[in-house]
Amino acid sequence: MAGPWQQATVVGIRRETPTATTFRLALERPFTHVAGQYVVLRLSAPDGYTAQRDYSISSVPGSPELQITVEHLPGGEVSEFLHEVVEVGDELELRGPIGGHFAWAADGPALGIGGGSGVVPLMSMLRQARATGQEDLFRLVVSVRRPVDLYFAAEITGPRTTVVHTRQEVAGRAAGRLTAADLAPALGPDGPIYVCGTPPFCDTVTELLTGLGAATARIRVERFGPTGT
Amino acid sequence: MLSAVAITRGFTGRGRAARDPRLPPGQYDAGRDWPVLHAESTPRLATDRWTFTIEGLVDRPTSWTWAEIRALPRSRYSGDIHCVTTWSKLAMTFDGVSVDTLLDAAGVRPEARFVVATAHTGYTTNLPLEDVTGGKAWVVWDADGSPLTTEHGGPARLLVPHLYFWKSAKWVSGLRIGAEDEPGFWERNGYHDRGDPWLEQRYQGD
Repeated sequence: MAGPWQQATVVGIRRETPTATTFRLALERPFTHVAGQYVVLRLSAPDGYTAQRDYSISSVPGSPELQITVEHLPGGEVSEFLHEVVEVGDELELRGPIGGHFAWAADGPALGIGGGSGVVPLMSMLRQARATGQEDLFRLVVSVRRPVDLYFAAEITGPRTTVVHTRQEVAGRAAGRLTAADLAPALGPDGPIYVCGTPPFCDTVTELLTGLGAATARIRVERFGPTGT
Repeated sequence: MLSAVAITRGFTGRGRAARDPRLPPGQYDAGRDWPVLHAESTPRLATDRWTFTIEGLVDRPTSWTWAEIRALPRSRYSGDIHCVTTWSKLAMTFDGVSVDTLLDAAGVRPEARFVVATAHTGYTTNLPLEDVTGGKAWVVWDADGSPLTTEHGGPARLLVPHLYFWKSAKWVSGLRIGAEDEPGFWERNGYHDRGDPWLEQRYQGD
């Protein structure tokens, strides 16, 4: 259930990368989400005009504050407003949590594969796996352009996280898009595979996964694009 | 459900002096873009094995091959489409066959009230029968004069343009006609059973 519209107070703003920011929100009516779900944010102008966009939740389920992490899309009506105008203490209107397909209840092994901002819902999954002492359940593969573009950089790395860089050679791996060789070590025999990123990223990863023998029924895709997320 | 809207400090929005009356509330004009959103991996469907089937509460359960459905009388939709993720595309043209033609061939029984559209991927979505009859729904294979691409549901998708676009099942494989409403994929995941963009029926309870 999406729940009714409610007010959320911005209680913290943290820059993740030069083009992405995490907003910590205190909800009027707190809810518990399932890792992978998102909220709808609605901005309202004095003359009644509204703009709404979907944003994935990056915080761990059950945390007292809700966090969304937003990529600044140049010219994006909502993401630009969030980056350039919103300050701590502001109120934003939202509803949620939404989404039951791209959601993981930490009830079995899973793999997340994210490109750029596509890591946001997967971060909620990683945080939940760690918070519940089940770190072994969740593997994460992240593709970013350069190290500076990695969201949650201080927290995301670990023995079960693989970071691939498409535009910069790092630690002996040549710059380049995700390959089957990057995914094969992370691919377990079963459990859902959550793929999130731009439509071309998702299609590429899906083809790599099926080429590695993963059943399509395991693959759950969330496509981020210029529609807002 | 309409709720009181709280003004967002500092937000004025953009360009709504030119807001098009064809845009339902909360929607924006995607312009030339046609965003791609679906939850499953994009399938590759060969037209030589493609079928479309109507079953359930009908007198004659019927299947069409690719060649057979394309031999039916053509029907065109010219107008707008609206996605629940808030983009709309205006003044599009889709070509295919009217769902009325398909249902007439199968013979819908009087007790039928709902349909479940199914896709070759396993995707489903539910609709009231009256939303796919009377010239309101199509199975289409051309968009703006070109064959529908795979990412947009090709070789053929359902088109129900007066409802949010998740009702217009990509890679459609058939319609199951029933007496009871049976929530589909997104509807089981919290989305509205009808999905009228002019009433902003986005989620269950709206």
